[in-house]
Amino acid sequence: MSTETILSFEEAMEKYDPVLGFEVHVELNTKTKMFSSAPNVFGDTPNSNVNEVCLGLPGVLPVVNKKAVESSILIGLALNCKIAEHCTFARKQYFYPDTPKNFQTSQYEDPICYDGWLDIELEDGTVFHVEIERAHMEEDAGKLTHMGGATGRIQGADFSLVDYNRSGVPLVEIVTKPIEGAGSRAPELAKAYVAAVREIVKNLGVSDAKMERGNVRCDANVSLRPYGQEKFGTRTETKNVNSLRAVENAVKFEIQRHAAVLDSGVKIIQETRHWHEDTKSTTSGRPKSDADDYRYFPEPDLVPIVTTAEWVEELRATLPEPPAERRKRLQADWGYSDLEFRDVVNAGLMGEIEETIAAGASAAAARKWWMGEIARRAKLADVDPAALGVTPAVVVEIEKLIAAGSINDKLARKVLDGVLEGEGTPAEVVQKRGLAVVSDDGALQKAIDEALAAQPDVADKIRGGKVQAVGAIVGGVMKVTRGQADAGRVRELILKTLGVEG
Amino acid sequence: MTANELIRSSASAMAAKLAAKEVSAVELTQAHLDRIAEVDGGARGVHAFLHVNTDEALAVAADVDARRAAGEELHELAGVPIAVKDLIVTKGQPTTAASKILEGWMSPYDATVVKKLRAARMPLLGKTNLDEFAMGSSTEHSAYGPTRNPWDLDRIPGGSGGGSAAAVAAFEAPLALGTDTGGSIRQPGAVTGTVGVKPTYGAVSRYGAIAMASSLDQIGPVSRTVLDSALLQEVIGGYDPLDSTSLTDPSTGLVAAARVGNVKGMKVGVIKELHGEGFQTGVEKRFNESVELLRSAGAEIVEVSCPNFRYALGAYYLIMPSEASSNLAKYDGVRFGMRTLPAEGPLTIERVMSATRAAGFGDEVKRRIILGTYALSAGYYDAYYGSAQKVRTLIQNDFAAAFAQVDVLISPTSPVTAFKLGEKIHDPLSMYLNDIATIPANLAGVPGLTLPGGLADEDGLPVGIQLLAPAREDARLYRVGAVLESLLEAQWGGPILDKAPALAELVKTAAAAKEAN
Repeated sequence: MSTETILSFEEAMEKYDPVLGFEVHVELNTKTKMFSSAPNVFGDTPNSNVNEVCLGLPGVLPVVNKKAVESSILIGLALNCKIAEHCTFARKQYFYPDTPKNFQTSQYEDPICYDGWLDIELEDGTVFHVEIERAHMEEDAGKLTHMGGATGRIQGADFSLVDYNRSGVPLVEIVTKPIEGAGSRAPELAKAYVAAVREIVKNLGVSDAKMERGNVRCDANVSLRPYGQEKFGTRTETKNVNSLRAVENAVKFEIQRHAAVLDSGVKIIQETRHWHEDTKSTTSGRPKSDADDYRYFPEPDLVPIVTTAEWVEELRATLPEPPAERRKRLQADWGYSDLEFRDVVNAGLMGEIEETIAAGASAAAARKWWMGEIARRAKLADVDPAALGVTPAVVVEIEKLIAAGSINDKLARKVLDGVLEGEGTPAEVVQKRGLAVVSDDGALQKAIDEALAAQPDVADKIRGGKVQAVGAIVGGVMKVTRGQADAGRVRELILKTLGVEG
Repeated sequence: MTANELIRSSASAMAAKLAAKEVSAVELTQAHLDRIAEVDGGARGVHAFLHVNTDEALAVAADVDARRAAGEELHELAGVPIAVKDLIVTKGQPTTAASKILEGWMSPYDATVVKKLRAARMPLLGKTNLDEFAMGSSTEHSAYGPTRNPWDLDRIPGGSGGGSAAAVAAFEAPLALGTDTGGSIRQPGAVTGTVGVKPTYGAVSRYGAIAMASSLDQIGPVSRTVLDSALLQEVIGGYDPLDSTSLTDPSTGLVAAARVGNVKGMKVGVIKELHGEGFQTGVEKRFNESVELLRSAGAEIVEVSCPNFRYALGAYYLIMPSEASSNLAKYDGVRFGMRTLPAEGPLTIERVMSATRAAGFGDEVKRRIILGTYALSAGYYDAYYGSAQKVRTLIQNDFAAAFAQVDVLISPTSPVTAFKLGEKIHDPLSMYLNDIATIPANLAGVPGLTLPGGLADEDGLPVGIQLLAPAREDARLYRVGAVLESLLEAQWGGPILDKAPALAELVKTAAAAKEAN
């Protein structure tokens, strides 16, 4: 799809110094929308969670969702922001059918949270200090689906469908100050920053924080400048990069693309870019300049939000344990080594493992599955492990089936295949695929007797006390049962048959 | 009592007759529907109504009669019919804002004020005409044709709420709802010899009033007597959780204030800048007489200066169009209302929006959208919208200083009496000047009331007297207004509308004359 020339990342880094900036949109999980009493629920029948306010019908007025304001303040506090004592909403005006009023109610001059920071730890322990310019409240737009046409965009589409269920969902937009000095760590930092924000909002409980559902969406700004130059280069903004891996890849790609453009003596066009997961590249969106005229003006239908120190402190008191401290505690609780734990964190699977343990798995089993089989399959499928479709409950159930001797590790992987192919719960897959280990002693005994008869010399060795030789017989039995036997039980039965103590 | 006498009663008198079972709600409602049929339609009819809600109004009236017969305790105004300005959304009746762009649109929800009318069981007679999206001072900007002034069918009834004022003046309804952004309740009241009140900003919920300029718009009562407006404001006022700018004050004490009956010891301020030069001779004369009447009733008259009022019109014509340009962005043909496809060229969403707005909006609406869009544009915002907001603060300060000296302020409502249809339609600036005395109240959020002050000598047309009070002191308007009204009516020997021409004859004769031509 992309015909862009790009430089190798190494060469780009030799020549240019990247500057990053992020706008992360977090959808809040309040019961109702930002300015209307319509339900805020994902995935329902299109245009069912709407009322006259979020449809922007004539005569309607907005009312601020207090819970959304509180969630915004919590996010601000977790990002070490100052909380404005007094702030207002403004109208951002543009004609587009995803916005029923043809303006978006947002915050402009006076965001509720400002001047914060976040320390971001990379995989090798390097810490970057990222400064947060602001976190402001706004409403989400409806979701457009463009049908027909080649581009998947409104231009050239045969028709477009719009779902206003998302219209008016509360959003907090977190904007960083320009991030300088990341150098070749820029792509990693990008991923780590978004992961940290996602972790914070999830930990606060203010968002479902599922990137695949668009609960956390990242616009990544990238510019390059020659080393030693103070002035920033022209930036591009890559929109809606919706997975952690995509954030890393998009930043890396844009750095490589900018470097090639600059090398050819051409200026970077200030524009939005669209990320394409299939080609791992970006394409040009619409030109964007700082002079885009949204004709902002104060929203006259809303009164200013006043936050008292008392209210803010009340909210601060409810802040959960910060992620860094939480990590220390979890590592101790789970008994993972530093290396094991860092791998878990870097894989972004701490939450999944915590949930899996909470659902009843042992710490070792949770790590074994998430870091092993699930991570391996996610890599093959090129998705985040959490997005693969394995839930903590599945892991727990598979572990229970193993512990009960119903399946073994090898069969468990087949069970996972079935679950991922939509065949039902692990127990259902075991049943449907006939994966249960052969635990019928009669059937096993027959296989053992045959195996012993086939290898009389081995049987003699075992009778003679060489118990380790039992493995050969076990292997024979497993071969006959096509792996569907409990190896432990087979061993027991062999020894019993030969009258030897295990 | 004949039906003709019945409809000429005040709403409070109608309520008393209903309570005494001298008349049924169905009879009362039918009498008004008959009157509408008699004077509203036809080539030379008043044309106060865009929609007449016959069946529902009669059903509500019948329900009131049944409940009353069963001994149920009812609201004082239960069974008293009312007309609703077609800027206020209603279930079961079209809401057009007098614009082509909303032709045929049915609101799926009721405005808060409409819910309150229904709760009081007041039959809704229909929807009244207005300037498109309430933009105008003559009702000539209605996409469905102008309303005529019952005093002279060749003259404007004021605007934007000319339909509500004319309906009340023509005895087609005893009460109506209006909206007032820069004078749209008060100026029509002045030129039709009726009473209208713009309550304190926030005293009546705006939920369901189609927005023109959100920070200025206010719903209020239209009636023939001060007491009737007080009764109606008590029904429609009060806190509404659906309107963030709604005040928490209860909507009480207004009727009581209208019944106080004296102004002894009250200080009334005459605003130096709002009379004299630029005001029609007959308007000025009647105004001075009203001031003298209040003095004779024991009020202390003080002259006050509001020097920044001279900037009010300029500030208003920046703030109002700015907000209107934004509020009217939603009318794009995508989700509801009219949709017009471009006559030629490619069919893109932008071009459909553009064609719809080009065909659906009238000239005055387009003028204000363009003005507002320009005023909010990058690079102009500070000079226009920003400066206008500063002027607004200055005007608020002028009011604060004035109200530190006096209890209420008084001025003529409109500088002129009703002008001829078509006279100012092509001269927007001259049209805008009609609101010179009413606009400051909207900019400051303070309440204002207009009541008839007599007829101008030179043309025999009604003159309006405006009273202004500090924010949340709407009761003062009703107290002073009711006293002035009774003093004036004592002089006239009855309500001013007794002096209006016999409309039914006029409508018929005029129509016949037109046909003869």
